[in-house]
Amino acid sequence: MKARVTVFCKEAVFDPQGHTLAQSLRQVGFPSVKGARVGKIIDIELGSNSVADARASVQQMCEKLLANPVIESFSFEIKE
Amino acid sequence: MNTAVVTFPGSNCDDDARDTLARVMECSVKAVWHKDRLSFSDFDLVVLPGGFSYGDYLRCGAMASLSPVMEGIKEFAAKGGRVLGICNGFQILCEAGLLPGALTINAGQKFICKDVSLKVENSVAPWTCEWKVAEKAVFPIAHGDGRYWIDEAGLAKLKSQNQILFTYLENPNGSTGDIAGIRNEQGNVFGLMPHPERASELRSRDGLKLWKSIRSLGKVAS
Repeated sequence: MKARVTVFCKEAVFDPQGHTLAQSLRQVGFPSVKGARVGKIIDIELGSNSVADARASVQQMCEKLLANPVIESFSFEIKE
Repeated sequence: MNTAVVTFPGSNCDDDARDTLARVMECSVKAVWHKDRLSFSDFDLVVLPGGFSYGDYLRCGAMASLSPVMEGIKEFAAKGGRVLGICNGFQILCEAGLLPGALTINAGQKFICKDVSLKVENSVAPWTCEWKVAEKAVFPIAHGDGRYWIDEAGLAKLKSQNQILFTYLENPNGSTGDIAGIRNEQGNVFGLMPHPERASELRSRDGLKLWKSIRSLGKVAS
């Protein structure tokens, strides 16, 4: 079973990478770009027996280590 | 004064902190490894030094905040023990929830290594009582992830409870409220991005006032 966790800094937190990326995109011929945000993708292999177990443990992983709730939000999907 | 300096894998200012405390301030200093499980009850001060613990993987300080040694540090702090986090140590304290807010990438994206001028926002024991309010101190900074972030409600709380101890005169990294260093509500945990241990002997000696503030109070009453 595999989990794919996506972590982004919250909208309220300035993302300098995303800001610079959006500027660059506009400069190289994509004037319609209004903004960009750069996040992280974390793939995890799990030995869980059920999707429900995997979901519960990945939720805990995100809360304990993978994301910092002060500045980041996360989402994830489980694939069998 | 009985002090301990913790080394995590990737700490690189631990020797500087130990040298300053032992040789310049004539304190007893114990070197603690991050896997040590200690109660710290015999110590007057525990220092989490600067560096790049765990290679700054994931987020600066995230992995170190879950090291075995942190359990003892959390207990020590909960009982009023004095904990100082410098640079990466500040990041670890925020990640561990011992200080509010978080530190993230500098607004300009660059690693910045230079002397900065700080303003003493609050003159409080045991951290900044050797300074007067609004006095200036010069410490070096050396960080890529020194932008302190906290939401508006959190910032208002920091201000109303006099938790902000140092601000930057010229904000180098985009920190909320120009914040360079904060203490917790109880006042026994202090974290700052600038390096007082690098301003205690050569060039700026302003860091000595921090160590003297801490030492003047001796052992914490428990």
